[in-house]
Amino acid sequence: MAEKMTDNTSQPLGPLREFWTTFKSSKGTVIALAIFLLMVFLAVFAGWVAPYDPVEQYRDRMLVPPVWQVGGSSQHWLGTDEAGRDLLSRLIFGARISLLIASVSVFLSLIPGVVLGLFAAFYQRLLGSSIMRVMDIMLALPGLLLAICIITILGPGLINTMLAIAVGTMPTYTRLTRAAALAEINKEYVTASRVAGAGPLRLMFMTILPNCMAPLIVNATLGFSSAILETAALGFLGLGVQQPTPEWGTMLSAARDYIQRAPWVVTLPGLAILVSVLAINLMGDGLRDALDPRLKRVG
Amino acid sequence: MALLTIKNLRVEFGATAHPFPAVDGVDLQVDRGEMLGIVGESGSGKSVAMMALMGLIEFPGLVSADQLQFDGHDLLKASAPQKRRVIGKDIAMVFQDAQSSLNPSYTVGYQIKESLKIHLGLQGDALQRRAIELMELVEIPDPQARLNAYPHQLSGGMNQRVMIAMAISCNPKLLIADEPTTALDVTIQSQIMDLLVRLQRDQQMAMIMITHDLAVIAEVAQRICVMYAGQVVEESLSAALFDAPRHPYTQALLAAIPQHSKGARRLSALAGMVPGQYDRPLGCLMSPRCPYVKEACRIARPALLQGVRCITPLNSEGLPQHG
Repeated sequence: MAEKMTDNTSQPLGPLREFWTTFKSSKGTVIALAIFLLMVFLAVFAGWVAPYDPVEQYRDRMLVPPVWQVGGSSQHWLGTDEAGRDLLSRLIFGARISLLIASVSVFLSLIPGVVLGLFAAFYQRLLGSSIMRVMDIMLALPGLLLAICIITILGPGLINTMLAIAVGTMPTYTRLTRAAALAEINKEYVTASRVAGAGPLRLMFMTILPNCMAPLIVNATLGFSSAILETAALGFLGLGVQQPTPEWGTMLSAARDYIQRAPWVVTLPGLAILVSVLAINLMGDGLRDALDPRLKRVG
Repeated sequence: MALLTIKNLRVEFGATAHPFPAVDGVDLQVDRGEMLGIVGESGSGKSVAMMALMGLIEFPGLVSADQLQFDGHDLLKASAPQKRRVIGKDIAMVFQDAQSSLNPSYTVGYQIKESLKIHLGLQGDALQRRAIELMELVEIPDPQARLNAYPHQLSGGMNQRVMIAMAISCNPKLLIADEPTTALDVTIQSQIMDLLVRLQRDQQMAMIMITHDLAVIAEVAQRICVMYAGQVVEESLSAALFDAPRHPYTQALLAAIPQHSKGARRLSALAGMVPGQYDRPLGCLMSPRCPYVKEACRIARPALLQGVRCITPLNSEGLPQHG
């Protein structure tokens, strides 16, 4: 045991090990990570895990309460909705939709956002200022409003929802990347790289980008949860994914009329949104603590 | 023919109506295998001149020159990719702060190998062997293991050695060392200096050494350029410069070396500072600080004649010649 400890102190931890040590030091973060991994597992294996087909309607069993309530049955653990569809299966498939939309929209906003941000930092005079003005205009509109505008133009649907959310969050990544790149661009290692003959693209993506990753990773994680929230909001407004696709926001909106008679139809999708967003946000906080050297605890 | 010829290099910053010349008509020549020292206090334009040569000055800086020739290439006419190829391979630079001159995201091995791959086309075993060889050349112990270290895991002196290894990796014809020892402590300073001098002799490189440290440069450089406020004020062989400085500024610089003030309670220092954007004198740039200033000095700027930019150059006794 003692030998092991001296071993640990004599050798500096690798970047990944060090990251994991800091990350796991907070309990909330680890729980959040577990919940997130569970969500991912459910989403990926929804076809096997879910007891029923999410769109199959059992007309003889409409608005059956969950198993722990009077009148509930073990046939439908979380009850059924107004059309007699199994709620548990719909929630599990809903996780798939939410995670899909969130991850695609994060990538659709992250990649162009990072590229634009790097170009804006590199060519500050003309290209940079015009990029940043456009981003300022986009940031002047609330994200959800912008998303609604885009969906009004393109029409509702799965792919358009992803696009709308991606466009709304892209300016944040552009700004973040530009700010981080501007801080790095005047450091001597960039000059050294330039002296060694590195062209502008190499400087941007090979030299500078890896040093700007920490804030981007954290923001992408937090963007993931806000994308889930926005998907639900759009679904609730009837502009997102359409029925009968099991999307949490759409489910919430469809069940609104039954809030008195069958509260579980509204509560459960709402809880699903709450728990997933909370878990991802906690995870993002943990990531920030682990990646930002200023927040690292000494020792 | 000289390896590097610079004629009338100017670098200006600021508004077009009132530009501030950070480098004001510098002429330099470096021969193959020669070591040139450039000295001067902070803000005299030493580093900016070298940055301009390497094409590292960006907007709002404005570079102009009558001639910028390196090894037969006209750098004024070369396109950006051409310049990158010439400069990246044949001119190398070592910076002041090695800790920040290495990319924190990559291992030092990756960074050394990067330019070997691109400029020399080495691959696989040959690449690894050359990288280790370079690490040995700059006297890094246990090079094999050090290749996998990140810059933050190495000391400042070690990082500077890595930086030098990277600089000499493509056998450059010219190495520019921009205050290579400023950020290091004294014992490491002399080691790094010895290393640079040894490499310069062994590899037959030309070298431009920018420094504040006159005592060091006196021993190693063949020729010395003294810069003040963006201009070369004196240029001569190093022995001559130290025996009999001909410009009052050089004289003041030499007087400020601690060894010259033995017994005195204070080091002798030149009052005032390098003129900035708004207080550049009309006449000789040195005139507000010069101990021998005359009326003529305040009216016209002297030209660089016979290696000295002064109306009344100093004679061998260190007194101004009137004539």
